[in-house]
Amino acid sequence: MSAAPNGAGPHDMRTPLKRVRALGSARSGVGHWWLERMTAGALIPISLWFIWLVLRLPHLDFAAAHALVGNPINAGLLILFTAISFWHGALGLQVVIEDYVHTRWIELTLLIAVKFLAVLGAVACALAALKIWLGA
Amino acid sequence: MPYARPLSPHLGIYEWRITMALSVMHRLTGIFLCLGAVLVAWGLIALADNEATWATFTGFCASGIGIALLICWTFSLFLHLCQGIQHLFRDAGRDFDVWRRDDVRAPNYFVMSWLVVVAAIALTLVVWLLVLFAGGVP
Repeated sequence: MSAAPNGAGPHDMRTPLKRVRALGSARSGVGHWWLERMTAGALIPISLWFIWLVLRLPHLDFAAAHALVGNPINAGLLILFTAISFWHGALGLQVVIEDYVHTRWIELTLLIAVKFLAVLGAVACALAALKIWLGA
Repeated sequence: MPYARPLSPHLGIYEWRITMALSVMHRLTGIFLCLGAVLVAWGLIALADNEATWATFTGFCASGIGIALLICWTFSLFLHLCQGIQHLFRDAGRDFDVWRRDDVRAPNYFVMSWLVVVAAIALTLVVWLLVLFAGGVP
């Protein structure tokens, strides 16, 4: 039989509340860990595709670039690439902020700002790619 | 703060070795690539807008500062990608033993980490030689 969390033994005099207050797990770390790695795995092939797409652009003028990105497969993959990138970036920046910003109100402000800006960036990219695809 | 939570170790406690350098670089390139995502968003919005805004964007990319930044972004992307692949293998528990981890010349850490650096430089060179001599890929 393994020990209870936070070293609680059979003769522990602390109440459960005392044990968990400010020291317990928030129960959300594993989900973050998995999401960071799943988005990383998805980005391996799709970022290589993105580099290949960008390398085709120097040859092209505005109309040809517009047509290339407006191809439904390219536009769709671009939406996926930008959305997953902003997601993965937000998860990564979150860890850096949590590790190195120790003034609580600055940390909290940055954490919220990162989430808002990531959603803003992903939505902006998706709308732009959709507009190019649909030729509006 | 009545209950101090444990903090991440800061840079000062580490002895320099390739594994710690790559760990630091992974975070720095990750932060830098987030700025690169803003450039991607700018390009997409410019292309969706009109020819003049697209010309402003491509003009920036072709400028001296633009090319210098793009080279840095290319290298950052490849280093983060290659190190990220190694990271995923280590996360899966591959060769993650204490006796290997603490040996500065343990083949799996020392060699694989340098291989990540070499691969990132090689891939960056391939991309930029393509741009310089072929103007990208047809």
